[in-house]
Amino acid sequence: MPLHIVATAKQVIDPETPLSAFRIENNRVDAAGNMAPVINGYDEQAVEAALRIKEAAGDAVVTVLSYGDDFALDVIKKPLAMGADSLVLLQDPAFVNSIDPTLAIAALAAAVRKLGDVDLVVSGRQASDWDNALVPLGLAETLGWPVATIGRKVDVQDGVVRVERVLPDGHEVVEAPLPAVVTVSNELGAARYPNMRGIMAARRVQPTVWSAADLGLDPAAFAPAFELVALVKPERAVETELISGEDDADAGRKLALRLREERII
Amino acid sequence: MADALIIGEIADGEASSSTLECAAAARMLGTARVTALLAGQDAAAAAPSAIAGGADAVLTVSSGPAADGEFDALVDAAQAAAAWTSPAYVIGAKTLTGRDVMPRLAFRLGTALAADCSALALDADGRLLATRPTYGGNAEATVVCLGSPSVASLRPKSIDAPAPDASRTGDVEELPVDASVRTRTLERVEAASEGVRLEDARVVVSGGRGLGGPEPFAQLQQLADMLGGAVGASRAACDAGWVPSSYQVGLTGKTVTPDLYIAVGISGASQHMAGCGNAKTLIAINKDAGANIFKEARFGVAGDWKLALPAFMEQLHELLD
Repeated sequence: MPLHIVATAKQVIDPETPLSAFRIENNRVDAAGNMAPVINGYDEQAVEAALRIKEAAGDAVVTVLSYGDDFALDVIKKPLAMGADSLVLLQDPAFVNSIDPTLAIAALAAAVRKLGDVDLVVSGRQASDWDNALVPLGLAETLGWPVATIGRKVDVQDGVVRVERVLPDGHEVVEAPLPAVVTVSNELGAARYPNMRGIMAARRVQPTVWSAADLGLDPAAFAPAFELVALVKPERAVETELISGEDDADAGRKLALRLREERII
Repeated sequence: MADALIIGEIADGEASSSTLECAAAARMLGTARVTALLAGQDAAAAAPSAIAGGADAVLTVSSGPAADGEFDALVDAAQAAAAWTSPAYVIGAKTLTGRDVMPRLAFRLGTALAADCSALALDADGRLLATRPTYGGNAEATVVCLGSPSVASLRPKSIDAPAPDASRTGDVEELPVDASVRTRTLERVEAASEGVRLEDARVVVSGGRGLGGPEPFAQLQQLADMLGGAVGASRAACDAGWVPSSYQVGLTGKTVTPDLYIAVGISGASQHMAGCGNAKTLIAINKDAGANIFKEARFGVAGDWKLALPAFMEQLHELLD
């Protein structure tokens, strides 16, 4: 049996969207203009981690799961172009991008069960939209699987996953028996760029689409844990004093003098 | 009146500062009784500090894998504490441990965590209102928690805990926990830290992409040393490998609240500001006058740091002499 690795990938608004183009209306975020969505950066690294494990294992397949109500196909196919074997879209009008993770967790857990033979789920540490960092942990709890978070290195050997976790001041190594859920952080290193062959191959692949009904879920049966009541741009009331001088060095000197004047130093 | 459970942590033999912030937050909500869970071999000794910080009672877990800090066992312990106290609100800090334990606890209690909150309040019906950064700090979301209990994690240093009151008294009780561990810690490597801890520093000097390489960080270190501070960095500088990831200040890095934060070559993306926005005074040196950092800084120099920084340091040296 090949090792079956699932990588989860969320389509998000580009986090590099300039602040000026970042709009909030009616508790929803929109990017002005035609900013293309992207795959959550940490999730691209989850795909990268899955592909590295596959390369080390030799006999392995990587399935990408993505939850949402609407997808930009050329965006969400990127993991295929990177080298993933298949893509399953969990797509349903009820699968809206909510700050409440309840339904997303239920759908992903149902999909993992439907795939049947999954050994490892790899996810990004959090998504760059809600920054919840909840879905992978909820998935592990729902499936009853062990979990290790914020990995910078993930290895699978003899039915065990070993994860080097990033700590605020160092790192630790943890181990869990498969099946398990692992999340990765940016310290894993950049995700690979798809090559031309991968891009061409991805074009030919049609993703599998599973609706809520396909997953055996009734979305109405899942009460949300919380509801969004307000979404605002934080206001920071700072009056900035730009220090200028004859040249940049002079400005630097004046900055020090100004800080002393204000008794800051 | 509703009760609160604090999922606490121990640091240097006492309830950690973020635990006391959670207790203060629970008190501010007007909860009737605040119970704190402390797991660790020194939990009983640490209990009085939690009571002085606002807890009415402490549940200790003094032995077993939870006391050793294994996350799986801490989730079991927290779940047992929730069963013991039947709280309306469960609050823990969003620390290294809380980041893993609090979401899992919430799921086990049949709800989901309001994670990484900067403020907690109650609405007219006594429901928990949790405010938290989202979209990399570009937006702030407030959610109303519908779960019973409501579970939230508090971003460290988001609120000021009152001074401890050693005259407070409370019960301390050992909590029996049937813990199982599947994800095991094999080894933990603490990076050797020298000088002032970044999180505790009164002055932080941070560098970003604009520095162009690792070498200028030596200069930032000199400046930090002059001011008795520590050096931090933006995620871009860490990802480029110029400094270790332990330097990272931001939403996914460290939260610092120094008196003075000096940002050099940092554009000031919301992701970064989420980690330093509460500094008392922020100053910035950056080439790009339009950079977001100048919307956040009290004082700034829009110029080449290669020229401005040495002159700034020289003048500073004179002033401090």
